[in-house]
Amino acid sequence: MRNLTLAAFAALSLITLGCERKTPAVDPKPPEAKPVDAGVAAAPKQDDVILLGEVGSLTGPEAAFGISTKQGIELALAEANAAGGVKGKKLEVRVYDDQSKPEEAASAAARLITQDHIALLLGEVASSNSLAMAPKAQEAKVPMISPSSTNPAVTEVGDYIFRVCFIDPFQGYVMAKYARQDLKMSKAAILKDVKSAYSMGLADVFEKKFSELGGKVAGIESYSKGETDFRAQLTALKKLKVEGLYVPGYYNDVGLVARQAKELGLKVTMMGGDGWDSEKLFELGGAALDGSVVSNHYSAEDPSPQVQNFITKYKEKYGAVPDSLAALGYDAAMVGIEAMKRSTDLTGPSIRDALAQIRDFPGVAGTISINEKRDAVKPAVVLQIKNNKFNYVATVKP
Amino acid sequence: MLRTTSTLVVAGAACALASWLFASSQFFALQASLVGVAVILAVSLNLINGITGQFSIGHGGFMGVGAYVGVVTSSLLTQFQLLPGAPQVVSDQLVLLIALATGGLAAGTMGFLVGLPSLRLKGDYLAIVTLGFGEIIRVAIQNTKEIASDELKLVQAQGIGAELAYRVTHLGRATGLSQIPQLTSFGMVWFWVFVVVMVTRRILGSPHGRALLAIREDEVAAEAMGVDTTGYKVRAFAVASFFAGVAGALFAHFQAIITPAQFDFVKSTEIVVFIVAGGLGSTSGAVVSAMALTLLPEVMRSLFGGFNVEQIRKPLFGLLLVVIMLTRPQGLFGTHELWDLGKRKKRPA
Repeated sequence: MRNLTLAAFAALSLITLGCERKTPAVDPKPPEAKPVDAGVAAAPKQDDVILLGEVGSLTGPEAAFGISTKQGIELALAEANAAGGVKGKKLEVRVYDDQSKPEEAASAAARLITQDHIALLLGEVASSNSLAMAPKAQEAKVPMISPSSTNPAVTEVGDYIFRVCFIDPFQGYVMAKYARQDLKMSKAAILKDVKSAYSMGLADVFEKKFSELGGKVAGIESYSKGETDFRAQLTALKKLKVEGLYVPGYYNDVGLVARQAKELGLKVTMMGGDGWDSEKLFELGGAALDGSVVSNHYSAEDPSPQVQNFITKYKEKYGAVPDSLAALGYDAAMVGIEAMKRSTDLTGPSIRDALAQIRDFPGVAGTISINEKRDAVKPAVVLQIKNNKFNYVATVKP
Repeated sequence: MLRTTSTLVVAGAACALASWLFASSQFFALQASLVGVAVILAVSLNLINGITGQFSIGHGGFMGVGAYVGVVTSSLLTQFQLLPGAPQVVSDQLVLLIALATGGLAAGTMGFLVGLPSLRLKGDYLAIVTLGFGEIIRVAIQNTKEIASDELKLVQAQGIGAELAYRVTHLGRATGLSQIPQLTSFGMVWFWVFVVVMVTRRILGSPHGRALLAIREDEVAAEAMGVDTTGYKVRAFAVASFFAGVAGALFAHFQAIITPAQFDFVKSTEIVVFIVAGGLGSTSGAVVSAMALTLLPEVMRSLFGGFNVEQIRKPLFGLLLVVIMLTRPQGLFGTHELWDLGKRKKRPA
């Protein structure tokens, strides 16, 4: 009997705990009181502060990405506040962790929108998580900017969803242009991962653009993610006597491809995308990768003063060289701040309209123009691998 | 029968009213739906793990089957006007009900097929089979293709059969299936919570339920008394899988995106944690602990949100579970039920 009472008490206390959270959720319930459902995001409570929201993976498998992005965003806000804020108001960001899970990302986004009444939503890195957040932002008419979700489907959700990075297939375009115009390559081949939409997208665009520019794609071979032996495909490609080999895969496959290509005596310039971007690549590929070129969002070696300025400030604050995710997080916040400055009032629709009109905005990861699909049109950098390091060689404009 | 029908009608009306009242708060609706789905999963798994005394750790897999089958169904059906002249809301809800039914039935059938051979096994062996099933589902989905919108348009022109074949083979790999019609209201979720609790209660009150309890207490003795143990176990398993499938389909229709990683081993374990913390065999325990543990991360977010210490939520969650299990190893409710509380109090008086 005593046990039962104890159990009931424990249950009740847990229920109260649950309700504790629910109460504020019901809070904005009287629809007349706050126009949340009227399709207009309510302005922040305090008059002198504009609240932004960020959803990021601070824990879980993608935590490294989320933390870089968060630091980039915080740096951008600190700078904007030092310069006087937006319309005389200070900016603040509220960050919620989504544990790298889509359902948590959706909850966090809904909480930022309904409970915290944010003016602008920033996030996420992983496309799956952004896709979970986007409908919430769209429904509440709160503009959302994804710093680095490259899957084309993200901004297709609705007209309030933007991104400041290029979409996957653009990298195929960049590499084709660089190979044809800078490396003067005339004959190339492709080795693509048929199980990855990312790889297929890049390969298709590369093939099209390379032929358009007068080059010849002599052969296309494919593999499936998880394979470790690429000798059959590489032998077939060796016979074609190509100058370049485009391998738009991830670093774990690419490392092995490079090593096996060298073993087979295949002398080509290997080319790739941002999927190569990992220290692991060099552990797997080693010296076989020397001379390869990849496209990426940003390089810390970019000599432009704006990039170097950003790196100095980031180093001062966090003691590390910013990676491309930090740069994109910084850009996302900067574009958002610019849009808020330009907006007539700080409501969702007016910020959205201002975002849609962003052209030639000088971001650290390239100059950003938002196109009609709400994707960023911007240059990519080309990096060359030498002695297990990525070195900046060029910037390719769209 | 009349009583059942009228209870269902009243519950349905109450849920619809609640949905309408709280529709203005997106966050509340989302949390209420997430909690509801957790409750359906916990109560249905409790039927296998708590009441029948088997040990399944593949409930997330069945949820995944329901989710994917439900989404394919609703994506196919939303193009058609099912009830000519009816308002959009009605036809949407009809589509959702059909999606829930197909999702649930697909998961139930899977449960039946998996249960048939494996429920002859006992204890740990069953756990391994269900674990394997969950992983098979995840890996199978990861090996399908992604939907390309231009391809989809071409296929749609060829008729519904071609589109069905296309959608079944294009489940979005690891990236997940997005652009799901958002049809679930939290009233619908809580209506199903009500249904699963009622079904479990009715099963327990019937001879069928007594047989399940007998199997839990002593399988050999039950068999000696003439209980068809495998038959009862398979039926319980299929019913539980059906509800897991419904929960999955509900989940998919308010989540906007489903990925195979959402239905992996971690999800299955989460559901096991719900029922163990609530008390194995207690339906009310499953309900209460599923609600509490689903809300807990958000409660902690309210508590710590302002201080930028979001990362602390996960360790605290684990710590709390350890404390619960140390202080109440039989779970919050043991095998007791909330609705028995009143009865017991009356007896001594």
